[in-house]
Amino acid sequence: MADADESPIVLPDDPSFGPEVQVDYPGYRSTRWRAPKRPLVTLPEELHALDGPVFGAESFGALDHDLTRQHEGEPLGERIIVHGRVLDEDGRAIRGALVEVWQANAGGRYKHVVDQHPAPLDPNFSGAGRCLTDDQGRYRFVTIMPGSYPWGNHENAWRPAHIHFSVFGRQFTQRLVTQMYFPGDPLFAYDPIINSVRDPQSRALLISRFDLDATQPEWALGYEWDVVLGRGARGTTPLEDAP
Amino acid sequence: MTLGRTPSQTVGPFFSIGLSRRPENELVPGPAPEAVRLTGRLLDGAGMPIGDGLVEVSDPPARRWGRTGTDAEGRFSFVVAKPVAAAGQAPHLELFVFARGLLRHQLTRIYFPDEPEANAGDPLLSSLGEVDRETLVAVDDEGVLRFDIHMQGERATVFFAH
Repeated sequence: MADADESPIVLPDDPSFGPEVQVDYPGYRSTRWRAPKRPLVTLPEELHALDGPVFGAESFGALDHDLTRQHEGEPLGERIIVHGRVLDEDGRAIRGALVEVWQANAGGRYKHVVDQHPAPLDPNFSGAGRCLTDDQGRYRFVTIMPGSYPWGNHENAWRPAHIHFSVFGRQFTQRLVTQMYFPGDPLFAYDPIINSVRDPQSRALLISRFDLDATQPEWALGYEWDVVLGRGARGTTPLEDAP
Repeated sequence: MTLGRTPSQTVGPFFSIGLSRRPENELVPGPAPEAVRLTGRLLDGAGMPIGDGLVEVSDPPARRWGRTGTDAEGRFSFVVAKPVAAAGQAPHLELFVFARGLLRHQLTRIYFPDEPEANAGDPLLSSLGEVDRETLVAVDDEGVLRFDIHMQGERATVFFAH
């Protein structure tokens, strides 16, 4: 998605930026005409008491969580297990949360008509999965390690390997769309999307942890990544969900 | 214990792989007597269509929710029903916008054009200036609700902190 030819702007890390993402982040060119320029208007607190949508398990296929078994053959690439919990800021599990993921294949190519990166498509990999969290807020996907890919934001721009996550919490304002990264990626320092989160501690929350306990011998590496959603209105999360 | 909140990241240009695998744009069934078609365009600050956006519309108290991607002209389309208004408020739907170039999703509201009295008495709408207020009220286009979303510019849609 080349939409600018200027060099990237990387802002300095500064704790005064706080944990929130910088919505109008100049290093990410596509924000220029799309990010709202005016201050956001504050809504009454009642908004935070609204429930989010509820998704039932009945529409799920048995293999929706396993991106390696959605075709006749196995996809190419390094098999991985990605698991974790969906929690609120108080550490309480959010059960029944819909978690949806999508990603590039091992070569760094999305199965999407707009993606013209000259890396091969994999006929055995669609790159999409979903599941509901269990009573402990746990989710689990089996997939393959996504490849890095160029994206035209600036000269020689490459995205660190990532998996896109969409999560619905219990409350309307707990909605989250984000990206999960892998530890030690050399591209972090050059990527304006992960660096749009200016606080280094907050940025680290986007990076999964290698998990030897979840690694299955002779089969697949494990990565653990918890998703923490906002609290919403105080006191509206039922107490029986305490860990 | 307070855990750090997971930051938002852009939905990117390829979300339809994971989030548009099936039609989910009917908050109520099309044939329902209260069903109304809601359409609009998602436009950037240069007035160009955002053809890779994702729009979610919901009526949380009624547990109604839907989503759809935008097409090359930035168009989106839903089947909705007018919500029951909370006391002292005008009926409205909540709308989230996701897109490449949006590092976090944006929240706005759709109010109804056939509710002038309720809209005039709505505390949120009446707290806004006239131009801003108009960005939140759908237009009646021969029975279809039209709601265009301008991310920036003189007619920029009002977005809310969430």
